[in-house]
Amino acid sequence: GLLSREDFQRIPELAINPLGDRIINAFFPEGEDQVNFRGFMRTLAHFRPIEDNEKSKDQNGPEPLNSRSNKLHFAFRLYDLDKDDKISRDELLQVLRMMVGVNISDEQLGSIADRTIQEADQDGDSAISFAEFVKVLEKVDVEQKMSIRFLH
Amino acid sequence: GQRSSESHKNSNQSFAIVSFNWDHVKEPYIIALWILVASLAKIVFHLSHKVTRVVPESALLIVLGLFLGGIVWAADHIASFSLTPTVFFFYLLPPIVLDAGYFMPNRLFFGNLGSILLYAVIGTVWNAATTGLSLYGVYLTGIMGKLESGLLDFLLFGSLIAAVDPVAVLAVFEEVHVNEVLFIIVFGESLLNDAVTVVLYNVFESFVAIGPMNVTGIECLKGIVSFFVVSLGGTLVGIFFAFLLSLVSRFTKHVRIIEPGFVFIISYLSYLTAEMLSLSAILAITFCGICCQKYVKANISEQSSTTVRYTMKMMASGAETIIFMFLGISAVDPDIWTWNTAFILLTLVFISVYRVIGVVLQTWILNRYRTVQLEIIDQVVMSYGGLRGAVAFALVALLDKEKVKERNLFVSTTIIVVFFTVIFQGLTIKPLVQWLKVKKTEHREPKLNEKLHGRAFDHILSAIEDISGQIGHHYLRDKWSNFDRKFLRKILMRRSAQKSRDQILNVFHELNLKDAISYVAEGERRGSLAFIRSPSTDNMVNVDFTTPLPSTVESSVSYLLREKAGPVCLDMQALEQRRKSIRDTEDTLAHHTLQQYLYKPRQEHKHLYSRHEIMHSEDDKQDKEIFHRTMRKRLESFKSTKLGINHPKKLNKIHKRDRGQKRRNSSVIPNGNIPSENPVQDFTLKEKDLEFSESEENNDYETLHLGKGVDFLANVTKQNFTDTPAGIDNPVFSADDDQSIYTKFSPWLSGEDTVVPSQRARVQLPYSPNFRRLTPIRLSNKSTDSFLLADGPEDRPRSFLPESTHM
Repeated sequence: GLLSREDFQRIPELAINPLGDRIINAFFPEGEDQVNFRGFMRTLAHFRPIEDNEKSKDQNGPEPLNSRSNKLHFAFRLYDLDKDDKISRDELLQVLRMMVGVNISDEQLGSIADRTIQEADQDGDSAISFAEFVKVLEKVDVEQKMSIRFLH
Repeated sequence: GQRSSESHKNSNQSFAIVSFNWDHVKEPYIIALWILVASLAKIVFHLSHKVTRVVPESALLIVLGLFLGGIVWAADHIASFSLTPTVFFFYLLPPIVLDAGYFMPNRLFFGNLGSILLYAVIGTVWNAATTGLSLYGVYLTGIMGKLESGLLDFLLFGSLIAAVDPVAVLAVFEEVHVNEVLFIIVFGESLLNDAVTVVLYNVFESFVAIGPMNVTGIECLKGIVSFFVVSLGGTLVGIFFAFLLSLVSRFTKHVRIIEPGFVFIISYLSYLTAEMLSLSAILAITFCGICCQKYVKANISEQSSTTVRYTMKMMASGAETIIFMFLGISAVDPDIWTWNTAFILLTLVFISVYRVIGVVLQTWILNRYRTVQLEIIDQVVMSYGGLRGAVAFALVALLDKEKVKERNLFVSTTIIVVFFTVIFQGLTIKPLVQWLKVKKTEHREPKLNEKLHGRAFDHILSAIEDISGQIGHHYLRDKWSNFDRKFLRKILMRRSAQKSRDQILNVFHELNLKDAISYVAEGERRGSLAFIRSPSTDNMVNVDFTTPLPSTVESSVSYLLREKAGPVCLDMQALEQRRKSIRDTEDTLAHHTLQQYLYKPRQEHKHLYSRHEIMHSEDDKQDKEIFHRTMRKRLESFKSTKLGINHPKKLNKIHKRDRGQKRRNSSVIPNGNIPSENPVQDFTLKEKDLEFSESEENNDYETLHLGKGVDFLANVTKQNFTDTPAGIDNPVFSADDDQSIYTKFSPWLSGEDTVVPSQRARVQLPYSPNFRRLTPIRLSNKSTDSFLLADGPEDRPRSFLPESTHM
């Protein structure tokens, strides 16, 4: 059992999801075109809800995949195509364009991108690093927004 | 009486020019006077900010009532005024409940409906049973002395004292601002438990009437059945009237002046009808309000909408004021006062304790099924916020002294309980909340980042849900949206409203209004609107909103209009805050733009892909756009993996060209042929291509992808590759009706992730030429571009037809 991209693309709902293709890509490890069950689960595991008892359990071990930080990292990786750990203005523009559609002019979009970066950027490099990303979203209830109950 | 009879006598002799006709106007006059007094009291209360911050208004009103009652009593030694159940149930309660239903935040409500129902039904039954039984138990021990009550009486009392009261809850919670989930649960519970209360009350009352001897199992069973009947029946009545109301509002275009009247009359009728059929009237009017909201708001004019909002608020607020005041007045009636320390004290203890226990138990159960857990703090507030109010009082006043011997005791106890919860708990809940640092509703404007990424998260979550096959919480919502869009909208909403009342558009509309009002307010402040005409860059009005608007603005009408009845808090302070935080014009613009244009996540959006048919509807451009883009990208990436070589070179060429230039200008010039390296076959891609959009034919997709995709792409490349300085165009949106020609240039060839500004974007800009007129160059006559041409010449009903519709 291996999944390829076409298998994902067959899900019709993904075709009308603006971030659909990028999300599909997120399942596939770097450069590969197939994903096995384990890899599939690994990605999905990001979306498990955060449970209280987990918080205290595993302080010493590696951070669980569904921690807030990892959830945010998942989203971050969707934006950051060239994997340089920064969301540059262009990358942001691309995502914006994907999520916004056809009615906005490039200028408007550009200015929105600029303001977005401005809001988040702290070290002045005109790009959003992961730390800045986390900081600017600190008030958002990521745990709830990126969680699904898979098995009761 | 006396004087009029005197004048009567005199009239025999002479004509009385002016006469004093007190009796004539007595009834309405007194009513009007009371309303006036209550409203004046409100003004007086709000004069002192310090007092109102600490003491909830409801408490103040009760005290006022006590005071006034005392005066009347002292003056006349008769308790002439009191809150009669008829007046309460027919005139005072409906406006309040209607207001609650009409402004109910539906998404939140239905999202938490499970929890709400659990608390409302199970919780109330639990409260009633435990309180009644405990009181009975204690009675048996004799502490209470001699009472002429049996088990059933106690159960009856338990059932009417158990219900959390919507009026009281609203009154207090409004001032407290807890987070919205908490609020909706407590509030929803208080609304929905009416069904339970009504049933229990009626059941036990009739049991008491027929005597404890005759209560058999059958009667109990009937009681249980009646619960379902009453609640579901009430809901259905409400929904039916909501349907009626929405339908009527669709046709009121020419009678705008009386539009608001329909809302009230029909809702009131729903209440009365349910009452007539002995169903739950509160449920009926609540659901009438909940269900009709969307359609009525879409159908009626702006002014009517405002009128409805304000009238509703006014009536609800007025009714609430009168209720509390009369609660106070009615207490001053020595006839009914019976004091039984043990009973009263124990009641208070029991209801509090059992509520806490009930809440904790239920929350424990619920938390296993909720994503968002309810924490200890939430539970504390929920227990503490279970206020009893006028409904309990009215119910107890309805009791017949003949049947329920201890009626007066019950009445007194109820009064004390109500006073206690409203005054004491109302007073202390705010400091309690603050002390516990409940997660309060955030009043800041979300940052751009939050909005954007939040939306991204929604999309991601939708996708993951689809991938994991999980149709969670949102399944029902999707089904409902589907149903709504397919049928309900067409019936219940006006033509014009159907198109434009998208959710995001709504927000945009409101924001626009807000803007306009701000402009006017600013103009008022500056004396004239001349500043608007000053030249500015980019057509943006350079109004400086960063300077805090002076308080004169508040008095202006425009400020009043800006106050929107938000879902949770009507506190003026909070609204002020919200208004002030969007100061920067550019920021505002960015927010507005995002708000308007961000694609909606699936949860709020219709499912285009039904299993049986490709739906096409003019409204759902979002899906079309995304779909096209996605398909193109996929085919392109597909092509690049399969065809390889020359491809990247071409890519780069165009890539560079595009990057350098503004995408906004000029027309596309179809160029000469660029020879394709690939063998081209004339390939007919008609039917099969359409199929890959269909979910049933999924297996074809792969073959299609493999075989036809290549050729199809190849075909397209073969012919015109344009030298597009403007680069990437979205051929989908060329409004050409000539259906056979769509691909003149291949957007996908210009690189996978370059941003695609659509034709429409260009068309909308004031200075971009409209280049729809593309020289049609036919492809080989057989190949047709699949999805771009879903509506081929063969008259396919399904279409991803680019807009032959209005843009």
